[in-house]
Amino acid sequence: MIELQHISKRFNKGKVNEVLALQDVSLTIPEQEFVVVIGANGSGKTTLLNILSGAEYCTEGNVIISGTDVSRLPEYKRSKWIARVFQDPLKGTASDLSILDNFRLAAIRTTNKKLIIGVNEAFKKRVKDTISILGMGLENKLEQSMGTLSGGQRQALTLLMSVMDDTRILLLDEPTAALDPRSAALILQTADNLIKQYHLTAILITHNLKDANQYGTRLIQMGEGKIIRDLQKTDKAALTLPQMYEWFN
Amino acid sequence: MEFYITALILGLCLSSMGLGIFITMKIFRIPDITTDGSYTLGAVVTAILLSNHWNMGAIIPVVLIAGAIAGILTGLIHTYIKIDALLSGILVMTALYSINLTLLGRSNVPLLDVSNLFSVFTVFSNSVYNSLAIGLLFIVVITLLVGYILRTDFGIAMRATGNSTSMTRALGINNNKMKIIGLAIANALTALSGYLVAQYQNFTDINMGIGIVITGLGSVLIGEALIKWWNITGIPGQLITVICGSILFQLVLAFTLSIGVDPNLLKLVTASFVLLIVIIPRLRTAS
Ligand SMILES: Nc1ncnc2c1ncn2[C@@H]1O[C@H](COP(=O)(O)OP(=O)(O)OP(=O)(O)O)[C@@H](O)[C@H]1O
Ligand SMILES: [Mg+2]
Repeated sequence: MIELQHISKRFNKGKVNEVLALQDVSLTIPEQEFVVVIGANGSGKTTLLNILSGAEYCTEGNVIISGTDVSRLPEYKRSKWIARVFQDPLKGTASDLSILDNFRLAAIRTTNKKLIIGVNEAFKKRVKDTISILGMGLENKLEQSMGTLSGGQRQALTLLMSVMDDTRILLLDEPTAALDPRSAALILQTADNLIKQYHLTAILITHNLKDANQYGTRLIQMGEGKIIRDLQKTDKAALTLPQMYEWFN
Repeated sequence: MEFYITALILGLCLSSMGLGIFITMKIFRIPDITTDGSYTLGAVVTAILLSNHWNMGAIIPVVLIAGAIAGILTGLIHTYIKIDALLSGILVMTALYSINLTLLGRSNVPLLDVSNLFSVFTVFSNSVYNSLAIGLLFIVVITLLVGYILRTDFGIAMRATGNSTSMTRALGINNNKMKIIGLAIANALTALSGYLVAQYQNFTDINMGIGIVITGLGSVLIGEALIKWWNITGIPGQLITVICGSILFQLVLAFTLSIGVDPNLLKLVTASFVLLIVIIPRLRTAS
Protein backbone atom coordinates (compact mmCIF):
# COMPACT_ATOMS: atom_id res chain seq x y z
CA MET A 1 0.00 0.00 0.00
CA ILE A 2 2.69 2.44 1.08
CA GLU A 3 6.31 2.31 0.10
CA LEU A 4 8.89 4.83 1.25
CA GLN A 5 12.22 4.35 -0.56
CA HIS A 6 15.40 5.94 0.80
CA ILE A 7 13.65 9.09 2.01
CA SER A 8 15.76 12.00 3.20
CA LYS A 9 14.45 15.37 4.22
CA ARG A 10 16.60 18.42 4.74
CA PHE A 11 15.17 21.73 5.99
CA ASN A 12 16.86 25.10 5.33
CA LYS A 13 19.44 23.57 3.04
CA GLY A 14 22.74 25.45 2.99
CA LYS A 15 21.82 27.74 5.87
CA VAL A 16 23.19 27.75 9.41
CA ASN A 17 19.96 26.26 10.72
CA GLU A 18 20.03 23.31 8.31
CA VAL A 19 18.29 20.22 9.76
CA LEU A 20 18.40 16.69 8.44
CA ALA A 21 14.97 15.64 9.67
CA LEU A 22 14.95 12.24 7.94
CA GLN A 23 17.98 10.21 6.92
CA ASP A 24 17.57 7.50 4.30
CA VAL A 25 14.34 6.09 5.69
CA SER A 26 12.88 3.08 3.90
CA LEU A 27 9.58 1.58 4.98
CA THR A 28 7.01 -0.69 3.37
CA ILE A 29 3.53 -0.84 4.84
CA PRO A 30 1.19 -3.48 3.43
CA GLU A 31 -2.53 -2.95 3.14
CA GLN A 32 -4.56 -2.90 6.37
CA GLU A 33 -1.52 -2.69 8.60
CA PHE A 34 -1.90 -0.38 11.60
CA VAL A 35 1.52 1.06 12.36
CA VAL A 36 2.19 2.83 15.63
CA VAL A 37 5.15 5.24 15.60
CA ILE A 38 6.89 6.39 18.75
CA GLY A 39 10.05 8.41 19.26
CA ALA A 40 11.52 11.43 21.01
CA ASN A 41 10.53 15.01 20.17
CA GLY A 42 12.10 16.13 16.95
CA SER A 43 12.91 12.59 15.80
CA GLY A 44 11.10 13.14 12.49
CA LYS A 45 7.72 11.49 13.07
CA THR A 46 5.58 14.38 11.83
CA THR A 47 7.97 14.98 8.96
CA LEU A 48 7.50 11.36 7.90
CA LEU A 49 3.72 11.82 7.77
CA ASN A 50 4.09 15.15 5.96
CA ILE A 51 6.18 13.50 3.27
CA LEU A 52 3.68 10.70 2.92
CA SER A 53 0.71 13.07 2.70
CA GLY A 54 2.48 15.52 0.40
CA ALA A 55 2.47 18.44 2.84
CA GLU A 56 6.25 18.40 2.33
CA TYR A 57 8.28 16.98 -0.54
CA CYS A 58 11.23 14.75 0.30
CA THR A 59 14.72 15.95 -0.59
CA GLU A 60 15.70 12.48 -1.77
CA GLY A 61 13.89 9.21 -2.30
CA ASN A 62 10.52 8.08 -3.57
CA VAL A 63 7.04 7.83 -2.12
CA ILE A 64 4.85 5.15 -3.64
CA ILE A 65 1.19 4.71 -2.83
CA SER A 66 -0.79 1.83 -4.31
CA GLY A 67 1.92 1.32 -6.92
CA THR A 68 1.91 4.97 -8.06
CA ASP A 69 4.97 7.14 -7.56
CA VAL A 70 3.53 10.21 -5.82
CA SER A 71 6.83 11.82 -4.76
CA ARG A 72 6.01 15.05 -6.60
CA LEU A 73 2.22 14.88 -6.42
CA PRO A 74 0.78 17.80 -4.40
CA GLU A 75 -1.04 17.08 -1.16
CA TYR A 76 -4.48 17.97 -2.50
CA LYS A 77 -4.12 15.26 -5.14
CA ARG A 78 -2.93 12.60 -2.70
CA SER A 79 -6.09 13.21 -0.68
CA LYS A 80 -7.86 10.68 -2.85
CA TRP A 81 -6.15 7.98 -0.78
CA ILE A 82 -5.22 9.75 2.42
CA ALA A 83 -7.21 11.23 5.27
CA ARG A 84 -5.41 12.97 8.07
CA VAL A 85 -5.80 14.00 11.70
CA PHE A 86 -3.25 16.68 12.58
CA GLN A 87 -1.21 17.09 15.76
CA ASP A 88 -2.72 20.57 16.08
CA PRO A 89 -6.51 20.23 16.58
CA LEU A 90 -7.13 23.57 14.86
CA LYS A 91 -5.50 22.45 11.62
CA GLY A 92 -7.97 19.80 10.60
CA THR A 93 -11.15 21.88 10.67
CA ALA A 94 -12.30 25.31 9.46
CA SER A 95 -13.23 27.52 12.44
CA ASP A 96 -15.69 29.86 10.72
CA LEU A 97 -17.63 27.07 9.05
CA SER A 98 -20.40 25.15 10.76
CA ILE A 99 -19.87 21.54 11.85
CA LEU A 100 -22.17 20.57 9.01
CA ASP A 101 -20.17 22.44 6.35
CA ASN A 102 -16.95 20.93 7.69
CA PHE A 103 -18.42 17.47 7.33
CA ARG A 104 -19.72 18.29 3.87
CA LEU A 105 -16.24 19.17 2.75
CA ALA A 106 -14.88 15.96 4.24
CA ALA A 107 -17.59 13.99 2.46
CA ILE A 108 -16.37 15.25 -0.92
CA ARG A 109 -12.65 14.93 -0.20
CA THR A 110 -11.94 12.69 -3.17
CA THR A 111 -14.25 14.37 -5.69
CA ASN A 112 -14.65 17.71 -7.42
CA LYS A 113 -16.25 20.50 -5.44
CA LYS A 114 -19.25 21.24 -7.62
CA LEU A 115 -21.71 24.11 -7.85
CA ILE A 116 -24.47 22.12 -6.23
CA ILE A 117 -25.92 22.38 -2.75
CA GLY A 118 -24.93 19.18 -1.00
CA VAL A 119 -26.06 19.98 2.52
CA ASN A 120 -29.60 18.62 2.50
CA GLU A 121 -31.77 16.85 5.07
CA ALA A 122 -30.40 13.42 4.15
CA PHE A 123 -26.85 14.65 4.60
CA LYS A 124 -27.72 16.29 7.94
CA LYS A 125 -29.13 12.99 9.13
CA ARG A 126 -26.00 11.15 8.06
CA VAL A 127 -23.76 13.61 9.94
CA LYS A 128 -26.00 13.46 12.99
CA ASP A 129 -25.80 9.68 13.08
CA THR A 130 -22.05 9.72 12.59
CA ILE A 131 -21.40 12.25 15.34
CA SER A 132 -23.73 10.67 17.86
CA ILE A 133 -21.36 7.72 18.33
CA LEU A 134 -19.06 10.08 20.23
CA GLY A 135 -21.67 10.71 22.89
CA MET A 136 -20.46 14.30 23.29
CA GLY A 137 -23.84 15.85 22.45
CA LEU A 138 -22.38 17.51 19.38
CA GLU A 139 -25.02 15.99 17.11
CA ASN A 140 -27.40 18.71 18.28
CA LYS A 141 -25.04 21.55 17.40
CA LEU A 142 -24.59 20.92 13.70
CA GLU A 143 -25.13 24.56 12.73
CA GLN A 144 -22.65 25.83 15.31
CA SER A 145 -19.31 27.04 13.98
CA MET A 146 -16.26 24.82 14.60
CA GLY A 147 -14.46 27.72 16.24
CA THR A 148 -16.81 27.57 19.22
CA LEU A 149 -15.81 23.99 20.08
CA SER A 150 -12.95 22.85 22.29
CA GLY A 151 -9.76 21.42 20.82
CA GLY A 152 -10.71 17.93 21.94
CA GLN A 153 -14.15 18.16 20.40
CA ARG A 154 -12.66 19.40 17.15
CA GLN A 155 -10.13 16.58 17.14
CA ALA A 156 -12.88 14.03 17.67
CA LEU A 157 -14.84 15.48 14.77
CA THR A 158 -11.75 15.55 12.52
CA LEU A 159 -11.37 11.84 13.14
CA LEU A 160 -14.95 11.13 12.11
CA MET A 161 -14.60 13.44 9.11
CA SER A 162 -11.72 11.30 7.86
CA VAL A 163 -14.02 8.41 6.98
CA MET A 164 -16.85 10.48 5.48
CA ASP A 165 -15.44 9.80 2.01
CA ASP A 166 -13.63 6.80 0.57
CA THR A 167 -10.38 6.43 2.53
CA ARG A 168 -7.54 3.97 2.11
CA ILE A 169 -4.92 5.47 4.40
CA LEU A 170 -5.49 7.18 7.75
CA LEU A 171 -2.71 9.27 9.27
CA LEU A 172 -3.05 10.16 12.95
CA ASP A 173 -0.46 12.53 14.38
CA GLU A 174 -0.77 12.53 18.17
CA PRO A 175 -4.54 12.85 17.85
CA THR A 176 -5.04 12.72 21.60
CA ALA A 177 -2.26 15.07 22.71
CA ALA A 178 -4.72 17.89 23.45
CA LEU A 179 -7.37 15.72 25.05
CA ASP A 180 -8.39 14.82 28.59
CA PRO A 181 -7.79 11.14 29.47
CA ARG A 182 -11.40 10.08 29.02
CA SER A 183 -11.79 11.75 25.60
CA ALA A 184 -8.35 10.46 24.60
CA ALA A 185 -9.40 6.90 25.30
CA LEU A 186 -12.64 7.44 23.41
CA ILE A 187 -10.84 8.85 20.36
CA LEU A 188 -8.32 6.06 20.15
CA GLN A 189 -10.99 3.42 20.62
CA THR A 190 -13.06 5.10 17.89
CA ALA A 191 -10.04 5.31 15.60
CA ASP A 192 -9.27 1.65 16.17
CA ASN A 193 -12.86 0.72 15.37
CA LEU A 194 -12.91 2.83 12.21
CA ILE A 195 -9.62 1.34 11.02
CA LYS A 196 -11.03 -2.17 11.42
CA GLN A 197 -14.47 -1.33 10.05
CA TYR A 198 -13.18 0.39 6.91
CA HIS A 199 -10.12 -1.90 6.48
CA LEU A 200 -7.79 1.10 6.54
CA THR A 201 -4.05 1.20 6.40
CA ALA A 202 -3.14 3.45 9.31
CA ILE A 203 -0.24 5.20 10.97
CA LEU A 204 -0.60 6.50 14.51
CA ILE A 205 2.03 8.70 16.13
CA THR A 206 1.90 8.80 19.90
CA HIS A 207 4.00 9.58 22.95
CA ASN A 208 1.78 7.42 25.12
CA LEU A 209 3.56 4.08 25.42
CA LYS A 210 0.49 2.44 26.92
CA ASP A 211 -1.47 3.32 23.79
CA ALA A 212 1.44 2.24 21.61
CA ASN A 213 1.41 -1.08 23.38
CA GLN A 214 -2.34 -1.54 23.22
CA TYR A 215 -3.07 -0.50 19.65
CA GLY A 216 -1.75 -1.37 16.22
CA THR A 217 -0.28 -4.35 14.44
CA ARG A 218 3.26 -3.03 14.07
CA LEU A 219 5.47 -0.75 16.16
CA ILE A 220 8.15 1.59 14.88
CA GLN A 221 10.48 3.69 16.98
CA MET A 222 12.18 6.69 15.42
CA GLY A 223 15.31 8.44 16.61
CA GLU A 224 17.22 11.30 15.01
CA GLY A 225 15.56 10.92 11.64
CA LYS A 226 15.93 7.16 11.39
CA ILE A 227 13.87 4.09 12.12
CA ILE A 228 15.66 2.53 15.08
CA ARG A 229 13.18 -0.24 15.93
CA ASP A 230 10.60 -2.02 13.81
CA LEU A 231 8.50 -4.72 15.46
CA GLN A 232 6.09 -6.86 13.45
CA LYS A 233 2.81 -8.23 14.77
CA THR A 234 3.98 -11.17 16.86
CA ASP A 235 6.95 -9.33 18.34
CA LYS A 236 4.75 -6.38 19.16
CA ALA A 237 2.17 -8.62 20.81
CA ALA A 238 4.86 -10.15 22.97
CA LEU A 239 6.23 -6.78 23.99
CA THR A 240 5.52 -5.60 27.53
CA LEU A 241 5.20 -2.03 28.78
CA PRO A 242 8.24 -2.22 31.10
CA GLN A 243 10.34 -3.34 28.14
CA MET A 244 9.16 -0.28 26.21
CA TYR A 245 9.95 2.07 29.08
CA GLU A 246 13.48 0.62 29.02
CA TRP A 247 13.93 1.99 25.47
CA PHE A 248 13.57 5.51 26.68
CA ASN A 249 15.99 5.27 29.60
CA MET B 1 -35.49 63.62 0.46
CA GLU B 2 -34.57 62.82 -3.14
CA PHE B 3 -31.04 63.64 -2.17
CA TYR B 4 -31.02 60.72 0.24
CA ILE B 5 -32.75 58.40 -2.19
CA THR B 6 -30.00 59.17 -4.67
CA ALA B 7 -27.47 58.16 -2.03
CA LEU B 8 -29.49 55.04 -1.36
CA ILE B 9 -29.38 54.06 -5.04
CA LEU B 10 -25.67 54.73 -5.21
CA GLY B 11 -25.25 52.54 -2.14
CA LEU B 12 -27.14 49.76 -3.90
CA CYS B 13 -25.01 50.12 -7.04
CA LEU B 14 -21.84 49.94 -4.94
CA SER B 15 -23.02 46.99 -2.89
CA SER B 16 -22.02 44.59 -5.66
CA MET B 17 -18.45 45.73 -5.00
CA GLY B 18 -19.16 45.33 -1.28
CA LEU B 19 -20.00 41.68 -1.89
CA GLY B 20 -16.75 41.33 -3.83
CA ILE B 21 -14.76 42.78 -0.96
CA PHE B 22 -16.66 40.53 1.42
CA ILE B 23 -15.31 37.57 -0.55
CA THR B 24 -11.71 38.75 -0.60
CA MET B 25 -11.51 40.27 2.85
CA LYS B 26 -13.83 38.12 4.96
CA ILE B 27 -13.59 34.81 3.17
CA PHE B 28 -10.02 34.78 1.91
CA ARG B 29 -8.59 37.37 4.32
CA ILE B 30 -6.82 39.01 1.38
CA PRO B 31 -6.68 42.81 1.23
CA ASP B 32 -7.40 43.25 -2.48
CA ILE B 33 -6.66 46.68 -3.91
CA THR B 34 -7.30 45.58 -7.50
CA THR B 35 -10.78 46.95 -6.76
CA ASP B 36 -9.92 50.55 -7.66
CA GLY B 37 -8.88 49.45 -11.13
CA SER B 38 -11.52 46.81 -11.80
CA TYR B 39 -14.31 49.17 -10.73
CA THR B 40 -13.17 51.75 -13.30
CA LEU B 41 -12.63 48.96 -15.82
CA GLY B 42 -16.27 47.96 -15.47
CA ALA B 43 -17.35 51.56 -16.04
CA VAL B 44 -14.97 52.00 -18.99
CA VAL B 45 -16.17 48.84 -20.73
CA THR B 46 -19.75 49.97 -20.14
CA ALA B 47 -19.09 53.43 -21.60
CA ILE B 48 -17.41 52.07 -24.72
CA LEU B 49 -20.04 49.45 -25.44
CA LEU B 50 -23.00 51.71 -24.64
CA SER B 51 -21.57 54.39 -26.95
CA ASN B 52 -21.38 51.69 -29.62
CA HIS B 53 -25.06 50.98 -29.03
CA TRP B 54 -24.65 47.61 -27.45
CA ASN B 55 -27.60 46.21 -25.59
CA MET B 56 -27.13 46.86 -21.87
CA GLY B 57 -27.84 43.21 -21.06
CA ALA B 58 -25.19 42.01 -23.47
CA ILE B 59 -22.67 44.32 -21.80
CA ILE B 60 -23.00 42.53 -18.45
CA PRO B 61 -21.05 39.36 -19.38
CA VAL B 62 -18.29 41.46 -20.96
CA VAL B 63 -18.02 43.56 -17.79
CA LEU B 64 -17.96 40.44 -15.62
CA ILE B 65 -15.25 38.83 -17.72
CA ALA B 66 -13.15 42.02 -17.75
CA GLY B 67 -13.32 42.26 -13.96
CA ALA B 68 -12.61 38.56 -13.59
CA ILE B 69 -9.49 38.83 -15.75
CA ALA B 70 -8.19 41.63 -13.51
CA GLY B 71 -8.81 39.43 -10.47
CA ILE B 72 -7.17 36.43 -12.11
CA LEU B 73 -4.05 38.49 -12.83
CA THR B 74 -3.80 39.60 -9.21
CA GLY B 75 -4.38 36.00 -8.15
CA LEU B 76 -1.70 34.62 -10.46
CA ILE B 77 0.85 37.18 -9.30
CA HIS B 78 -0.01 36.47 -5.68
CA THR B 79 -0.06 32.67 -5.80
CA TYR B 80 2.44 31.70 -8.48
CA ILE B 81 5.02 34.47 -8.22
CA LYS B 82 4.36 34.48 -4.46
CA ILE B 83 4.12 38.23 -4.11
CA ASP B 84 2.25 39.70 -1.17
CA ALA B 85 -1.48 40.01 -1.97
CA LEU B 86 -1.52 43.72 -1.21
CA LEU B 87 1.35 44.39 -3.60
CA SER B 88 -0.11 42.13 -6.31
CA GLY B 89 -3.31 44.14 -6.17
CA ILE B 90 -1.49 47.45 -6.32
CA LEU B 91 0.49 46.27 -9.36
CA VAL B 92 -2.62 45.25 -11.28
CA MET B 93 -4.50 48.37 -10.19
CA THR B 94 -1.68 50.59 -11.41
CA ALA B 95 -1.44 48.79 -14.73
CA LEU B 96 -5.21 49.00 -15.12
CA TYR B 97 -5.09 52.79 -14.92
CA SER B 98 -3.19 52.92 -18.21
CA ILE B 99 -5.35 50.23 -19.73
CA ASN B 100 -8.52 52.04 -18.74
CA LEU B 101 -7.22 55.33 -20.11
CA THR B 102 -6.19 53.67 -23.38
CA LEU B 103 -9.53 51.93 -23.75
CA LEU B 104 -11.54 55.03 -22.96
CA GLY B 105 -9.37 57.27 -25.14
CA ARG B 106 -9.91 60.30 -22.92
CA SER B 107 -10.40 60.91 -19.25
CA ASN B 108 -14.16 61.43 -19.24
CA VAL B 109 -17.00 60.08 -21.38
CA PRO B 110 -20.55 61.35 -20.80
CA LEU B 111 -23.35 58.84 -21.38
CA LEU B 112 -26.28 61.23 -21.53
CA ASP B 113 -27.57 60.54 -25.02
CA VAL B 114 -27.57 56.75 -24.82
CA SER B 115 -30.35 54.75 -23.23
CA ASN B 116 -29.26 52.84 -20.14
CA LEU B 117 -30.38 50.32 -17.57
CA PHE B 118 -32.09 52.91 -15.40
CA SER B 119 -34.02 54.58 -18.19
CA VAL B 120 -34.93 51.67 -20.42
CA PHE B 121 -37.33 49.94 -18.03
CA THR B 122 -40.25 51.72 -16.43
CA VAL B 123 -41.51 50.38 -13.14
CA PHE B 124 -42.48 53.76 -11.68
CA SER B 125 -43.19 56.96 -13.57
CA ASN B 126 -41.05 58.93 -11.13
CA SER B 127 -37.52 58.48 -12.48
CA VAL B 128 -35.88 58.43 -9.04
CA TYR B 129 -38.15 55.69 -7.75
CA ASN B 130 -37.74 53.91 -11.04
CA SER B 131 -33.96 53.87 -10.64
CA LEU B 132 -34.36 52.71 -7.05
CA ALA B 133 -36.58 49.82 -8.12
CA ILE B 134 -34.21 48.76 -10.89
CA GLY B 135 -31.12 49.04 -8.68
CA LEU B 136 -32.82 47.05 -5.96
CA LEU B 137 -33.95 44.34 -8.34
CA PHE B 138 -30.48 44.06 -9.81
CA ILE B 139 -28.82 43.73 -6.42
CA VAL B 140 -31.38 41.20 -5.20
CA VAL B 141 -30.55 38.99 -8.17
CA ILE B 142 -26.78 39.37 -7.63
CA THR B 143 -27.11 38.65 -3.91
CA LEU B 144 -29.20 35.55 -4.51
CA LEU B 145 -26.61 34.34 -7.00
CA VAL B 146 -23.62 34.98 -4.71
CA GLY B 147 -25.52 33.49 -1.78
CA TYR B 148 -26.23 30.37 -3.79
CA ILE B 149 -22.62 29.95 -4.92
CA LEU B 150 -21.31 30.33 -1.36
CA ARG B 151 -23.63 27.61 -0.10
CA THR B 152 -22.71 25.06 -2.76
CA ASP B 153 -19.99 22.46 -2.28
CA PHE B 154 -17.69 24.72 -4.25
CA GLY B 155 -18.62 27.67 -2.03
CA ILE B 156 -17.95 25.71 1.15
CA ALA B 157 -14.53 24.79 -0.23
CA MET B 158 -13.89 28.44 -1.01
CA ARG B 159 -14.88 29.54 2.49
CA ALA B 160 -12.74 26.86 4.09
CA THR B 161 -9.70 27.95 2.07
CA GLY B 162 -9.61 31.29 3.84
CA ASN B 163 -9.86 29.51 7.17
CA SER B 164 -7.42 26.66 7.23
CA THR B 165 -5.21 25.95 4.25
CA SER B 166 -3.80 22.83 5.90
CA MET B 167 -7.31 21.43 6.17
CA THR B 168 -8.36 22.28 2.64
CA ARG B 169 -5.20 20.82 1.14
CA ALA B 170 -5.80 17.61 3.03
CA LEU B 171 -9.37 17.59 1.72
CA GLY B 172 -8.35 17.74 -1.91
CA ILE B 173 -8.63 21.47 -2.53
CA ASN B 174 -6.11 23.36 -4.63
CA ASN B 175 -5.77 26.49 -2.49
CA ASN B 176 -4.09 28.55 -5.19
CA LYS B 177 -6.79 27.80 -7.70
CA MET B 178 -9.43 28.67 -5.12
CA LYS B 179 -7.81 32.02 -4.35
CA ILE B 180 -7.59 32.88 -8.03
CA ILE B 181 -11.24 31.98 -8.63
CA GLY B 182 -12.22 33.94 -5.52
CA LEU B 183 -10.36 37.03 -6.72
CA ALA B 184 -11.94 36.61 -10.16
CA ILE B 185 -15.46 36.49 -8.71
CA ALA B 186 -14.75 39.44 -6.39
CA ASN B 187 -13.41 41.66 -9.16
CA ALA B 188 -16.19 40.65 -11.53
CA LEU B 189 -18.63 41.86 -8.88
CA THR B 190 -16.62 45.06 -8.49
CA ALA B 191 -16.65 45.69 -12.24
CA LEU B 192 -20.40 45.21 -12.11
CA SER B 193 -20.59 48.12 -9.67
CA GLY B 194 -18.69 50.18 -12.22
CA TYR B 195 -21.25 49.11 -14.82
CA LEU B 196 -24.13 50.23 -12.60
CA VAL B 197 -22.62 53.50 -11.40
CA ALA B 198 -21.55 54.60 -14.88
CA GLN B 199 -25.12 54.21 -16.06
CA TYR B 200 -26.63 55.73 -12.97
CA GLN B 201 -24.37 58.79 -13.05
CA ASN B 202 -24.44 59.00 -16.85
CA PHE B 203 -20.69 59.24 -17.24
CA THR B 204 -17.48 57.30 -16.90
CA ASP B 205 -14.46 59.06 -15.49
CA ILE B 206 -10.96 57.63 -15.45
CA ASN B 207 -10.56 58.70 -11.81
CA MET B 208 -13.88 57.40 -10.53
CA GLY B 209 -12.22 54.35 -8.95
CA ILE B 210 -9.61 56.19 -6.91
CA GLY B 211 -10.05 55.18 -3.29
CA ILE B 212 -13.27 53.30 -4.02
CA VAL B 213 -11.85 50.22 -2.26
CA ILE B 214 -12.22 52.05 1.05
CA THR B 215 -15.94 52.39 0.41
CA GLY B 216 -16.15 48.63 -0.10
CA LEU B 217 -14.07 47.96 3.01
CA GLY B 218 -16.29 50.34 4.97
CA SER B 219 -19.40 48.47 3.83
CA VAL B 220 -17.94 45.16 4.91
CA LEU B 221 -16.84 46.61 8.27
CA ILE B 222 -20.29 48.03 8.93
CA GLY B 223 -21.67 44.67 7.86
CA GLU B 224 -19.35 42.96 10.32
CA ALA B 225 -20.57 45.17 13.15
CA LEU B 226 -24.16 44.36 12.22
CA ILE B 227 -23.32 40.64 12.09
CA LYS B 228 -22.03 40.78 15.67
CA TRP B 229 -24.88 42.97 16.80
CA TRP B 230 -27.64 40.82 15.35
CA ASN B 231 -25.74 37.58 15.90
CA ILE B 232 -25.98 36.51 12.27
CA THR B 233 -24.43 33.21 11.22
CA GLY B 234 -25.93 32.25 7.87
CA ILE B 235 -24.42 33.33 4.56
CA PRO B 236 -27.56 35.08 3.21
CA GLY B 237 -27.77 37.20 6.36
CA GLN B 238 -24.11 38.14 6.11
CA LEU B 239 -24.50 39.27 2.51
CA ILE B 240 -27.51 41.39 3.43
CA THR B 241 -25.50 43.14 6.15
CA VAL B 242 -22.87 44.05 3.55
CA ILE B 243 -25.56 45.65 1.38
CA CYS B 244 -26.93 47.51 4.41
CA GLY B 245 -23.35 48.63 5.09
CA SER B 246 -22.93 49.93 1.56
CA ILE B 247 -26.19 51.90 1.72
CA LEU B 248 -25.47 53.26 5.20
CA PHE B 249 -22.07 54.37 4.00
CA GLN B 250 -23.52 56.43 1.16
CA LEU B 251 -26.18 57.89 3.42
CA VAL B 252 -23.53 59.09 5.85
CA LEU B 253 -21.58 60.69 3.00
CA ALA B 254 -24.76 62.35 1.72
CA PHE B 255 -25.44 63.64 5.20
CA THR B 256 -21.96 65.18 5.50
CA LEU B 257 -22.45 66.93 2.16
CA SER B 258 -25.89 68.16 3.17
CA ILE B 259 -24.57 69.84 6.29
CA GLY B 260 -22.24 71.85 4.06
CA VAL B 261 -18.92 70.02 4.20
CA ASP B 262 -16.68 71.00 1.29
CA PRO B 263 -16.91 68.23 -1.39
CA ASN B 264 -13.11 68.42 -1.71
CA LEU B 265 -12.96 66.97 1.78
CA LEU B 266 -15.13 64.00 0.90
CA LYS B 267 -12.27 61.48 0.79
CA LEU B 268 -11.05 62.73 4.15
CA VAL B 269 -14.54 62.27 5.55
CA THR B 270 -14.69 58.78 4.01
CA ALA B 271 -11.39 57.73 5.54
CA SER B 272 -12.32 59.17 8.94
CA PHE B 273 -15.67 57.42 8.82
CA VAL B 274 -14.05 54.05 8.12
CA LEU B 275 -11.59 54.68 10.95
CA LEU B 276 -14.53 55.37 13.24
CA ILE B 277 -16.27 52.16 12.21
CA VAL B 278 -13.13 50.24 13.12
CA ILE B 279 -12.64 52.03 16.43
CA ILE B 280 -16.16 52.03 17.85
CA PRO B 281 -16.55 48.26 18.32
CA ARG B 282 -13.14 48.20 20.03
CA LEU B 283 -14.17 50.87 22.49
CA ARG B 284 -17.23 48.83 23.33
CA THR B 285 -15.26 45.64 24.03
CA ALA B 286 -12.60 47.54 25.98
CA SER B 287 -15.05 49.11 28.39
N1 LIG C 1 9.18 23.30 8.44
C1 LIG C 1 10.34 23.04 9.09
N2 LIG C 1 11.39 23.86 8.94
C2 LIG C 1 12.54 23.62 9.56
N3 LIG C 1 12.77 22.56 10.36
C3 LIG C 1 11.76 21.70 10.57
C4 LIG C 1 10.48 21.90 9.94
N4 LIG C 1 9.67 20.88 10.31
C5 LIG C 1 10.40 20.11 11.12
N5 LIG C 1 11.65 20.58 11.28
C6 LIG C 1 12.72 19.97 12.08
O1 LIG C 1 12.79 18.60 11.73
C7 LIG C 1 13.00 17.81 12.89
C8 LIG C 1 11.90 16.78 13.01
O2 LIG C 1 10.67 17.42 13.31
P1 LIG C 1 9.30 16.67 13.45
O3 LIG C 1 8.25 17.69 13.57
O4 LIG C 1 9.19 15.67 12.38
O5 LIG C 1 9.49 15.91 14.83
P2 LIG C 1 8.47 14.97 15.64
O6 LIG C 1 9.11 13.64 15.75
O7 LIG C 1 7.15 15.03 15.04
O8 LIG C 1 8.47 15.67 17.06
P3 LIG C 1 7.30 15.88 18.14
O9 LIG C 1 7.23 14.62 18.92
O10 LIG C 1 7.79 17.01 18.98
O11 LIG C 1 6.07 16.21 17.40
C9 LIG C 1 13.07 18.77 14.06
O12 LIG C 1 14.42 19.02 14.34
C10 LIG C 1 12.44 20.02 13.55
O13 LIG C 1 12.99 21.16 14.15
MG1 LIG D 1 5.27 15.82 15.63
